[in-house]
Amino acid sequence: MLPDKQKIIVFIVLCIGFLSYSGFLYSHLPVSNPNFSITEAKGKTLWQEHNCTACHQIYGLGGYLGPDLTNEYSLKGPDYIHIFLQTGNNTMPNYHLSESEIQDLIAYLKSVDRSGKSDPRKFSINTNGTINQ
Amino acid sequence: MELSINKAKFTPKVFILVALILLATGMLFGILGGLQYIIPGFLKEALSFEKTRPLHVSSVLFWILFASMGAVLTYLKEHTGNKLYSNNLSRLLFILFVISILSILIAYFSGKFGGREYWEFPPILSLPIIIGWIIFLINFVLSLDSLKSQPVYIWMWLTGIIFFLFTFLESYLWLFPYFNNQVVNDMNIQWKSYGSMVGSWNMLIYGASMYLMTKISNDRSYAYSTKAFVLYFAGLFNLMFNWGHHIYTLPTQPYVQYISYSVSMTELLILGNIIYGWKATLTKAQKFFHRDAYRFLVAADVWVFLNLILAICMSVPAINVYTHGTHITVAHAMGTTIGINTMLLLAVCYDILKDTCISLDPYQKLMKLGFWLANSSLFVFWIALIGAGVLKSKWQMNSDQIAFSLMMQNLSAFFIVFTISGVLLLAGILLSIYPLFKNHLACFFSEK
Repeated sequence: MLPDKQKIIVFIVLCIGFLSYSGFLYSHLPVSNPNFSITEAKGKTLWQEHNCTACHQIYGLGGYLGPDLTNEYSLKGPDYIHIFLQTGNNTMPNYHLSESEIQDLIAYLKSVDRSGKSDPRKFSINTNGTINQ
Repeated sequence: MELSINKAKFTPKVFILVALILLATGMLFGILGGLQYIIPGFLKEALSFEKTRPLHVSSVLFWILFASMGAVLTYLKEHTGNKLYSNNLSRLLFILFVISILSILIAYFSGKFGGREYWEFPPILSLPIIIGWIIFLINFVLSLDSLKSQPVYIWMWLTGIIFFLFTFLESYLWLFPYFNNQVVNDMNIQWKSYGSMVGSWNMLIYGASMYLMTKISNDRSYAYSTKAFVLYFAGLFNLMFNWGHHIYTLPTQPYVQYISYSVSMTELLILGNIIYGWKATLTKAQKFFHRDAYRFLVAADVWVFLNLILAICMSVPAINVYTHGTHITVAHAMGTTIGINTMLLLAVCYDILKDTCISLDPYQKLMKLGFWLANSSLFVFWIALIGAGVLKSKWQMNSDQIAFSLMMQNLSAFFIVFTISGVLLLAGILLSIYPLFKNHLACFFSEK
């Protein structure tokens, strides 16, 4: 049986490590100069208010009913996205969005597209099991 | 229910009863979601998928939270041999969580979302959860005399309560523009919190199952052993640092990947321990398998083994790049929440709500049928998701991709199988919990 003192020391060391790592991550976010415009920020709010993540993914995270939209802007273009947002389709409801709301959402998807590539075919795999973007 | 929340009669059992209702509700919404996969446009206007999914997810998450709180409060009382510090605090915790889940479900039905994966309700509704959890922490700490010479499950519960609070608050950092105004930054912190949060409620559940195990076998030595603490610290280490496997494909700093990958490999220690102790586990299983609660603990052991292999594979970035964003991730999520968490919590439910007012003997056949139906249909469900994931992975990696909608059509056979097995899984769970409700109803009327 481990003595209580040892258990407490291990616990404290782990907690200090966790808090230091958390603090470091908060202060060293991956993108140092965030660049959401007002329109993009509005688009993000609309994305959340309509719970788009229930069906769609960004960087492979989110729902599975619809496609991953990380790079939809550069792959399909704003007009294609506009039609979907305006009318919906067989699976996606028509949310009756106004024109400005549609433009905000397109601006948000443009900013997501700008942030990186999510296509797994673009990753290179290293012999040690890690991957590079 | 009225009787149970009455001042004189309040017991943590009500947490378990509400939890079971939420489990059944969550599974019903899950089946509805499954139907929306196989019948495109099903209930598109009335209850579209962006409502069905959070209704399913939140109900099931609250099943886990309610059952965990009920288990910890009940077992803490049994462990100390004293009353809880405050029954009023327990009652307040219960009321706050009931208010939370009811307002969350109403918000979803009326189309009000916060739009964050898993916690999709408007942020204001997280307040009763936070207040309730602080109350839970206070009640837990004050009910415990000291941490001196405590078994491992007390450490697990305390860790689970503290880290859930930390990670739940962390998941709301997006409310600050510093974290929210760039998608990669936002997702980085979001999935850091989610990864550790799952580990937190696992601590509560695994702690409860370990307590139950010591109770059934009447052997407390393991809960105080060095081995139990080594495995606990390995679990805590993973809770803190292995969350990065959720975001290997996010353009974040490379060290997130390296740390998570290295830490995740320590799970091989846990896997090795399962294989090493297999024979002893089997002997114990044969000895206690007739006990209703123990059957679910054994089922969870099998699911731990299957899902740990899957988790370790998915923690290797080179494999994760194939599985990420596919239904293999869903198979892992379902395998762990249903196969492990739900089986362990059902064992706890059986222990806490067992035959106090009527004998469960006449229901033995029914309960065994429910147990086997639930586990066999879960296995089919799990395999169907892995099958769908493999095909989606092939599609993702194909240089000549067909349209997304065509790929989804090609997966429809898997979706049909997983929806049918989902219905059978619900039937199995309902058969398993029906006698528990019948017993509680008998208690309710006899007390009246």
